[in-house]
Amino acid sequence: MLDTEIKVTPQVAAEHGLTADEYARIQKILGRDPNITELGIFSVMWSEHCSYKSSRVHLKRLPTKGKYVVQGPGENAGVVDIGDGMVAVFKIESHNHPSFVEPFQGAATGVGGILRDIFTMGARPIAVLDSLRFGPLTAGPGAGKTTPEEIKKNRQLLDGVIRGIGFYGNCFGVPTVGGEIVFEPCYSNNPLVNALALGIAKRDELFFAKASGVGNPVIYVGAKTGRDGIHGASLLASAEFSEESQQKRPNVQVGDPFLEKLLLEACLEAMHTGAIVAIQDMGAAGLTSTSSEMASRGGAGIEIDLARVPQREAKMTPYEMMLSESQERMLLVAARGREQEVFDVFHKWGLDAVEIGKVTSDGKLRLLHHGAVAAEIPAHALAEEGPRYSRPCAAPAKGATPQKAPAFPFAKAGTDLTENLRKVLNAPTIASKKWVTDQYDSMVRTNTRVGPGQGDAAVLRLKESKRAIALATDGNGRWGSLSPKLGAMHSVAEAARNVACTGARPIAATNCLNFGNPEKPEVMWQFSEAIDGLTEACTALETPITGGNVSFYNETLGNPIYPTPIIGILGLMEDAEYTVASAFRVAGDAIVLLDGAPDADKNVAETVNAFSSSEYAKETHGIVAGAPPAIDLGAEKRLIECMVKLAADKAISSAHDVSDGGIAVTLVESTFGYGLGANVKLPAVQGLDAEAAVFGERGARAVVSAPAGSLARVKAIAAQCGVSALEIGNVATGDFRIQYGDAAVVQGPVTSFRKPWSESLQKAVELG
Amino acid sequence: MKFGVVQFPGSNCDDDAFYAIGSIIHEPVDFIWHQSEDLKGSDAIILPGGFAFGDYLRTGAIARFSPVMKSVEKFARSGGLVLGICNGFQILLEAGLLPGAMMRNTGLRYLCRHVHIRVETTDHPFTCAAKKGQVLKIPIAHNEGNYFNEPKVLDELERNNQVIFRYVTPEGADAEIDREANPNGSLHAIAGICNRERNVLGLMPHPERAVESPLGSQDGLVLFKSVVASLAQRAAVPA
Repeated sequence: MLDTEIKVTPQVAAEHGLTADEYARIQKILGRDPNITELGIFSVMWSEHCSYKSSRVHLKRLPTKGKYVVQGPGENAGVVDIGDGMVAVFKIESHNHPSFVEPFQGAATGVGGILRDIFTMGARPIAVLDSLRFGPLTAGPGAGKTTPEEIKKNRQLLDGVIRGIGFYGNCFGVPTVGGEIVFEPCYSNNPLVNALALGIAKRDELFFAKASGVGNPVIYVGAKTGRDGIHGASLLASAEFSEESQQKRPNVQVGDPFLEKLLLEACLEAMHTGAIVAIQDMGAAGLTSTSSEMASRGGAGIEIDLARVPQREAKMTPYEMMLSESQERMLLVAARGREQEVFDVFHKWGLDAVEIGKVTSDGKLRLLHHGAVAAEIPAHALAEEGPRYSRPCAAPAKGATPQKAPAFPFAKAGTDLTENLRKVLNAPTIASKKWVTDQYDSMVRTNTRVGPGQGDAAVLRLKESKRAIALATDGNGRWGSLSPKLGAMHSVAEAARNVACTGARPIAATNCLNFGNPEKPEVMWQFSEAIDGLTEACTALETPITGGNVSFYNETLGNPIYPTPIIGILGLMEDAEYTVASAFRVAGDAIVLLDGAPDADKNVAETVNAFSSSEYAKETHGIVAGAPPAIDLGAEKRLIECMVKLAADKAISSAHDVSDGGIAVTLVESTFGYGLGANVKLPAVQGLDAEAAVFGERGARAVVSAPAGSLARVKAIAAQCGVSALEIGNVATGDFRIQYGDAAVVQGPVTSFRKPWSESLQKAVELG
Repeated sequence: MKFGVVQFPGSNCDDDAFYAIGSIIHEPVDFIWHQSEDLKGSDAIILPGGFAFGDYLRTGAIARFSPVMKSVEKFARSGGLVLGICNGFQILLEAGLLPGAMMRNTGLRYLCRHVHIRVETTDHPFTCAAKKGQVLKIPIAHNEGNYFNEPKVLDELERNNQVIFRYVTPEGADAEIDREANPNGSLHAIAGICNRERNVLGLMPHPERAVESPLGSQDGLVLFKSVVASLAQRAAVPA
């Protein structure tokens, strides 16, 4: 039983996840031994999850500045200028560990947490995207050695996570508009749940989390504090999983989206009174991080009388109150004399709002409990002077550079690949996610111009201006496992390309870096490589990183996940009318392949080596080898520019980028939206097998359709951007056919492709 | 002519209804807080979608006790036009202003997607601007939209032309057992009903989300336009 009576020893510190050095540092900062409450406070603030102690030395390499950036990393969320006096506030965060232990509540509170990060800045959330990773749902070549038990568990995890996401977002009233779901064996015992939220605000009405004004009241609002989630950040998010992980279930928080909806409305209304000086939500490490970070950022101190904290349970100790991660709570600083205005708003919404302390000038976080000082710690030391580790990095034994794959067992020339395409479409990673996204309210707030499955990115029109915002998330862990740097670069390029395919210009990024145990040199090497990749790609594509989070310790029983940086890219469209969706619209339209690097395929040896890393190689042959496709950021940039211009010119009817499953999947997916077809002829590349040509995944490419009348404009705009525009066929009705050189390689009724694609996911989950 | 949109704690389609009326059909509209009994002189009241009181206990079960509902009931009893959308429909059921109950969708999952509903009668203030048999493409977004009532009352609803909207196939064909067309499993494929007096309508689909074609459909406009036409007619012909 934890109690204020417990004597702190190095042993107790170790049980809190603090090393001997860290404990010594705490003693030095305080000039004495900490008491148990202080130790608990340090342990959560200096946990990997809250302090970024292993990642900070690398994160500082990321590009964070740009002409649109209003607020980069360091606040609750990133902020970019979207014109007309408006800003977009957005950020992505992980809730991986809680979602494995308790998928429904883990995912739900992940959504709740990121939403609070957005509205605590004064922005109203208008969209959520979820980037999810699970282990395989069915046996097959792509599932590798996944056991039947793991497959069953994966289905339950998926079902729990999507129900949790829907439960929270639907009730809160924010549309869930996109994201991705990818399946790989490495996520079987370590699913990834990354949630991205977007909000908008007037630029001059943003709120920040800097406590100021000595004597100003510190006010606690929202849900009462309970014993749930104690040590969520330090124990759950900052350690890997063992067989006993289910015992950690009590550490997962429980979400109440209704309460959060009230909190949202009350906060925005209270902010409008002008009586609020600073505000921050209580997320990981609850009251501890909120109070110390607000004080530290404002160069002030905060004194809290814990007896006044609204409590859900009797006899809570200072330790428990400070470490609770109860959801739906905020801490704010009001202007002295105007607290009643704040109270009135919160009471109108039926919420607790209690003055629990005040801003002080001594820079200390001081906690009083029934008259006695329960803790006294310099706030800045807590928030900013945590340990920083330059952990050892070491390339894996196989070497730092990507490997050469064994020769791919290509089918002999002339082989019909129709069945292989159906197999790829049936793979849950490629298959339609409609069954999942139908369980999310994707339309509430009536801004969803391109919703789930309708385009390469989600598009939200803005009611406040004629502009629109596009958002996409991407991340290719499999490629990351073959080359962490290239994998990270492709994640940026693909997300940016997706955004551009809708007609929006990519302007900023947010990232969620999911990795294994940072104490392993190989994992740290992957992390460092990925940061280099992100830096290079985000710099080249002019999408600075505005925030995000790092999730380490994604391993179970010593097996780390693929290095999986998830990138969210935000794009700005000058006029929502430019919006382009991905489905072919009119039979007879020309189909054009746009390519920023048309000569790349001529390097047959490299194209073939990269092919072993494709979704096709994995799903049909169980092969994961070689290297990700080489990336040409200049080509990506040219293609992006071309897509934005084509949209603004209203020259095209549809656009869909080439990615997982190659051009075959891009083409056939484009026929599904309106039940059309396609007749396509791809010119043969000397020495390149048909499979690599139609299923290869090299970037910098997109397929567009355009009426005959605008074909010349399409070609002219492409030429102007340095992008090749090759007419490869026409939109047809009913049938789908791809010819490579002189041979038909895929042909069949569109319905025969649509069926496996549309039914796969539901079937797999409902197998139980 | 003025619309009033009621706001309960947890309503989340209130802004959308307000926007559809104020910014798309350009009619006067005001919010009414659930604790107020003052309907602010509204000529038509909308109970919007969302999760009033978090749907705790049962959908609509707590909201019906909000002070505003006393006034809404009085307004309805005196012939005022009341439209309950989604959660608003559920509240009207709990308040006894409409008959029946909502069960969970047959698939036991929340569903958000466009569906097709058929206008079953135009002899109604909310459909008078539509054509009988007209098929509207309008989204649903709910977990409890599976309309239930006992056979006797269902027959009565049919006999009195109180079934205003029914889930149908995109072509307008009957679809009670078609899970694609009637996705929540409603008896008689009921999507919307009115009271005997025909001035109170509840429907599960969201017409306020279907008022601009770039967002997928503007088929919901006809409901709001019907209300405007009905109110104009009422004003022209004193009762």
